[in-house]
Order: sequence, then structure tokens, then C-alpha cells
Amino acid sequence: MSGVRVLAGTRKGAFVLTSDGKRQKWDIAGPFFAGWEIYHMKGSPADPSRLYVSQSTGWYGQQIQRSKDGGKTWEPVGNKFVYDGVPGTHKWYDGSPHPWEFKRVWHMEPSLTDPDTVYAGVEDAALFRTTDGGQTWQELSGLRGHDTGQNWQPGAGGLCLHTIILDPTNANRIVIAISAAGAFRSDDAGKTWKPINRGLHSQYIPDPTAEVGHCVHHVAMHPSRPNVLFMQKHWDVMRSDDAGDNWTEVSGNLPTDFGFAIDVHAHEPDTIYVVPIKSDSEHFPMEGKLQVYRSRTGGNDWEALTNGLPQQDCYVNVLRDAMAVDSLDECGVYFGTTGGQIYASPDSGDHWTAIAQNLPSVLSVEVQTLQ
Amino acid sequence: MIRVQLPAHLRTLARVNGEVHLDIHGVVTQRAVLDALEQRFPMLEGTMRDHVTLKRRPFVRFFACEQDLSDDSPDAPLPDAVAAGTEPYLVIGAIAGG
Repeated sequence: MSGVRVLAGTRKGAFVLTSDGKRQKWDIAGPFFAGWEIYHMKGSPADPSRLYVSQSTGWYGQQIQRSKDGGKTWEPVGNKFVYDGVPGTHKWYDGSPHPWEFKRVWHMEPSLTDPDTVYAGVEDAALFRTTDGGQTWQELSGLRGHDTGQNWQPGAGGLCLHTIILDPTNANRIVIAISAAGAFRSDDAGKTWKPINRGLHSQYIPDPTAEVGHCVHHVAMHPSRPNVLFMQKHWDVMRSDDAGDNWTEVSGNLPTDFGFAIDVHAHEPDTIYVVPIKSDSEHFPMEGKLQVYRSRTGGNDWEALTNGLPQQDCYVNVLRDAMAVDSLDECGVYFGTTGGQIYASPDSGDHWTAIAQNLPSVLSVEVQTLQ
Repeated sequence: MIRVQLPAHLRTLARVNGEVHLDIHGVVTQRAVLDALEQRFPMLEGTMRDHVTLKRRPFVRFFACEQDLSDDSPDAPLPDAVAAGTEPYLVIGAIAGG
């Protein structure tokens, strides 16, 4: 019997929502780690029972929790994220040098093949890796040591490494994204990195086409076509067909191309989803109508998906890591809101239902398809 | 025996109820108490003080005998009543937001 497990990180704890393959009735377990911010939780593709959670607060710092039984029990593992060598400085908001300071883990990306190997994207922006199930973490410091690193500046949410994409066809290739430095790619398993921001145009930086400095909000990839990347930038939805070397805008007929989340259909590599947000200062949907937009053509041509979503007085946001898909025959699409709702569509976005209505503000949503 | 009272979130993290009791040999200082606490509960490392610099986290305070010891030297002896176990050493989460 197939089923789905939704892993929701919120401002005040983690929740695990489960359903069978029909995705009509849902059980909600939690809050786990109540009172802590759960920026992200994700399961290992190599062992779906293995889950990793980033748990933090401003009071007590960072914890990493690990489950070996699909979230029934948890154990705290290593939480020591120490920058490699002398950390140096990046640029602060005012352009002055600012020491690199670890604040939290934004994103956890388990290896595609080894449940003990996990990548962690952190603020201030750096990439860490564990190969012992989270007990110890080592920085892949070639990223932060890139020539441009000292010029990276934080976005409004901090200098965060929020996106990590592992290429299923090439173990040496990793794509990451940082607000507000941009996207980077490694082709040697994280030793060296290059910015992949050609084609991005950002009017809020002195040189709109600079090598770095772009506020990339999220990047998504379909595993069958790893050279095709989709990006939701601060403004603009972008597409690359060469693993990020070049980008073209595919915002097309979107009512606004600002937003945070973007994801790809599990079985249709050219079907992508975004949630348009009014503007950089008004982080809510246009006209109070919560609408997912779907393109079946890899961008440019978009259709609004509204069936089951609130179409008046809705002023929530959908954050960058708060959208995911399952891989059942009829692809399910899920997203969480800052208003504490989690919406699910069991039919590729045609119909939506709130499967949780009153959670704390949702920071992240991941989905595991269970066989 | 040293008595330590942790804030609720750290008790949950360390999976303890009520006070933690520690045996410390030698001079009882804040550093000695925190070292012993972290040795017994490794998951508390980094939650009260920085992993590397060992500086107190900004929103954590240390109280004992109705005194705020947060900014005292970590190597200063704690009050006799703490060393004798008649008064607890309090780890406090600051009242701030959230």
C-alpha cells in the first residue's frame, strides 16, 4: 500500500502528516521539538525511514535531530558547525566587512545514495557535509572561499544558503543558491565552485548583470533532466537548459513574477509550479487570492490554479522551501503558508484541499512517497 | 553535589526532569559546572555558550543566590551555597520575543 508522508517545519515545531495513496484523509503528528523553529526537515532517498531536522532558536542555537524510524523517535546528533580555517569577512548590509558568523541551518539535503551523508546549507552562507549520520559536520569551504565570497551580501532574510540540488546522474555535480549572492555549481563534489548567474538581471544591485549579488530565492530540477533548472528569483522566474551556465526569463504571463517557491511535477519535467507574490515589500498574493500558477511548457505560458484555494482576503506568504511534490502515479503537489495552512492537490494542482489549517507559520514542506 | 536548574527547552533536549545534580572536584566555577553539564549531556554543547569561543549565548543568563553571574569571569568561584548544594545554579532563557 503506497502512502505519503509530509514533513512540515514551522516557527514553533515540526509536524508529520501522513495519508494513504488516495491522499484524502490525513493524520497529523506533532508538534515535535515544540517551541523551536524548524527551518527544514527531509528524508533520505536511500532510506526513507531516516529523517533529518534542522531545529534552532535564537536562545539556544542550532540542533540537528535524526530519526531512524520515520519520525516516531528522534535523537539529537552533532550541532557543531564551525567554519573551516580563519572565517574572514563578507559584506554587511552597509557594505562594510562583517565576520562570518554561523546562525542556523536553512536546508538539509540527504545524499541520494547514502543515508549517513547529508549536506547542510547554513547562514552565514556556507555548505557543510556529514558522512556519519550527522554526528560531525565539515565545511566544504571551497564555496565560501570563492574569489567573490568576501563580496557576498545578505538579503533581507540573512546571508543564507537555502537550496542544495544533487545531480542524480553525476555524483560530482552540486548546485546551490544563496540569498543574495546567487547560484553556484560544483563539478568536483564540492571542492571548487563557479557562479552560474549569467542571464540573471537584478535591478536592485549596482550592476544588474553582475557575476554575483543576485537574490535567488529557490531553484528546482527534475531528476530525469538534471541540466534543466528552474529558478524563482527575487523578481523573475528563470530557466536554464545547461545546468545554470545560462539563464533565460520564463515569467511570461504571470501576474507578478515575484515569489519564493518553485517546484517541478514528478513525472512531467516541463510542468512547473510557482506561487506569485505581489511584491518584494508586500509578501502576499495578488488581490488577496491565493493562486498557484502552473506551466506545462517549462515556463512562459502559465495558468492559475485556484480550485479549493481561498480567493478572497488571503494575505499569507509561501516561503522558498515550503512547496514539494510526491511521486505517486497522479502527482501530488503540496505547499505551506505563513498562516499555518498546508494545501495539497492529489491531481497535479487541479484541485486543492487544506490538509492542515491552523499550524504555526510554515517554513518548509517536504514530501516522502512511501511504497 | 552541585544543583543545576535548566530552562524547559534544555530539559526537554537533555531528556531530564527537574534539577540536574553534578559532582565537581576542585574549585566550583561556572566553567567547571558548564563543562560537567556538557560532558554529561553532549546535546547541550552550543546551547548555552559558543562551541569555539565558549562565550555565553546572548539570550542565556546564569543566576545563583539572587545574583546575575552572567558576565562574571567563568573561572571565578561560585558562591559557597552553590558549591555546597544548598542553592541551585540557574540557567535562564532570557525573556525576549517569540
